[in-house]
Amino acid sequence: MALLVVKFDLKKRVKLAQTVWFMYWFAVLAGILVLSLGLFFKIELRKRSELMDNNESHFLPNVLIAMGLIACGINAFGGKVCYDSLDPTKFAKWKPMLKTFLVFCMGFNALLVVTALLCFVMRIPFQFTLAEGLKNGMKFYKDTDTPGRCYMKRTLDLMQIEFRCCGNDNYRDWFEIQWVSNRYLDFSAKEVKDRIGSNVDGQYLMDGVPFSCCNPSSPRPCIQYQMTNNSAHYSYDHYTEELNVWRRGCRDALLSYYGGIMNTIGALVLLVTMLEVAVTVGLQYVDTSLSTLANPEDMESESEGFLLEKTVKETFTDIMAKMKAMGKGAKVEEGGEEGVATVS
Amino acid sequence: MAVGKITFTKTEREKLAEVLWLLNWISVVTGAILFGLGLFLKIEIQKWQEVMSEQGILYVPHMLITTGLAACGINYLGSKICLDCADTNKFLRWKLVMMPYIVCTFFFTACVLAGALMCYSIRSQLEEALYLGLRNTMRFYKDTDTPGRCYLKKTLDLLQIQFQCCGNTDFRDWFQIQWISSRYLDMTNSAVVDRVRSNVEGKYLMDSVPFSCCSTLSSRPCIQHNLSNPGAHAHYDEQSQQLNLWRRGCQQALLDHYTGIMQSIGLTVLLIWLFELLVLTGVRYLQTAMENVIRLGDPDSESEGWILENSLAETACYNFSIIKSLGKCYQADDDPNINVPTAAAGQEVPSAQVTS
Repeated sequence: MALLVVKFDLKKRVKLAQTVWFMYWFAVLAGILVLSLGLFFKIELRKRSELMDNNESHFLPNVLIAMGLIACGINAFGGKVCYDSLDPTKFAKWKPMLKTFLVFCMGFNALLVVTALLCFVMRIPFQFTLAEGLKNGMKFYKDTDTPGRCYMKRTLDLMQIEFRCCGNDNYRDWFEIQWVSNRYLDFSAKEVKDRIGSNVDGQYLMDGVPFSCCNPSSPRPCIQYQMTNNSAHYSYDHYTEELNVWRRGCRDALLSYYGGIMNTIGALVLLVTMLEVAVTVGLQYVDTSLSTLANPEDMESESEGFLLEKTVKETFTDIMAKMKAMGKGAKVEEGGEEGVATVS
Repeated sequence: MAVGKITFTKTEREKLAEVLWLLNWISVVTGAILFGLGLFLKIEIQKWQEVMSEQGILYVPHMLITTGLAACGINYLGSKICLDCADTNKFLRWKLVMMPYIVCTFFFTACVLAGALMCYSIRSQLEEALYLGLRNTMRFYKDTDTPGRCYLKKTLDLLQIQFQCCGNTDFRDWFQIQWISSRYLDMTNSAVVDRVRSNVEGKYLMDSVPFSCCSTLSSRPCIQHNLSNPGAHAHYDEQSQQLNLWRRGCQQALLDHYTGIMQSIGLTVLLIWLFELLVLTGVRYLQTAMENVIRLGDPDSESEGWILENSLAETACYNFSIIKSLGKCYQADDDPNINVPTAAAGQEVPSAQVTS
């Protein structure tokens, strides 16, 4: 008993072929969309790869680009097949490979679902890459004279201004590293010597942040230095002061930005998957309706189209039997050879 | 002697009508583009309107918006007319409308040209508005508790960060105003009191700038205070000083930004004007050709089309005399039916009274 049988006459077949052809063109556009989303994500990662220690995984955008290209190819081919299905002579040359093509399409749709799931899941390893990269980035903030790291200061400043964030978890991260280069410290001053002597590593630590942490919405001019010293500034309490510098950490800010991109891409890939499933089903109906013509010579005769030739359970047992037969075939060959060997 | 006379056969007239129909539809699209450009310019000006002293320059985008909408309407009507003009019977419907339509379109095209020229001439007004506006905004930078001015600090900081500029003409403009509010000054501190007393107006002036002037290209942490005294900072040499703050003034930065936008828009509007002029010329030729066909009586015959029936001088004289005669209407009328009171009439009345 076939699954989801639909009766077709010539007019209905023509309409079906035209609709599926039209949908295939949308699917080609959807494939281009997936490709461009992959490219966009790759470019966004590249833009800020310095902040991730050049260590970020380009696996997801590469997968998206590959899936987009394959989708374009498959859908263009499917569209051609649908277009030719209206002409029996042209369709005859595509007919033999249609079954394998449909199986391949189903596999591709499954891969698309996996890609969409990846988009949602990749957030977690990304979080660790970001945390590590930002910590190192802040360490190299002062090294504007070291080749390979001289742009880290500019990158971090621009990032903190653009994403409205300060430090890794919050602004206090800047208190724990030396972000003023030794070149710009006056080692003859007592204050400098005190600070350097006050910690084990001999670093010039201070309770100050770079200017890019400053919040323009603050009603008072930015307090960047001696932030924990209330008496250094008039009418200032660092416990209640909220608008002075950005409160958010850059890891959170970047994670929510990239997480947003990945979620949107994942949702769009799911929509594209649904479209792909629809066109695959449509092509299956086109194929089956043309192969079950009541009178093969007469194009106007009625036919039936179905989704699966037998019921789901029977199809599944068929596939299992085929796989077993394939496995047994290999075994029998081996057994035969052995038998020959023992005899001789 | 007609200006620009061309002879049209029947097929040529029909082809001209078709081409003009298509060109009119393209003109509707360019009218929409004009509208869009005006809207874009308006939004760009309103983004930074707080740092401009007057909103007078908004008349340029308003002009572009109205001209764009008018272009859509006029060219839509034009496409309808041109579609009908291929056939002499349908043309009769539009015969009376055509001349006023062409005159209207001519004045409208002049408006488009005026809009394009305005885009180029606005620079001096913009310069003045920006200078005064920025000066006021810098003065009110500290007034974050005064209603109406509380967002000026944020606006100016974001402006300096985005456009990579500092102060009005130069970062030293900040040395001449008090940009720290008195709320955050400790008036019991003798250093503060000294500074306040050191100038006539009692302002707390210092040689420092806000954080938004800091350049991200600098290789050292930003130096905002004691800028007039390079010796106060370790290894603060000439090169460090150059890279430390943004060197450009915000007036220049904004002027360049808006001039760039308006020059591109002006160029696009000029191209649209040329296109509209082309369409207008075509419609004029079609109108005169169709009118001549009707005058000749035979719809299949050849007819002549022109831009002006007589030479330019004669047409000018003719229009001038029309305007003169319009003016004359309001002077003494020569109509004999109107009763003009004379001396004889004044004498008749008393005699009538005597008899009754």
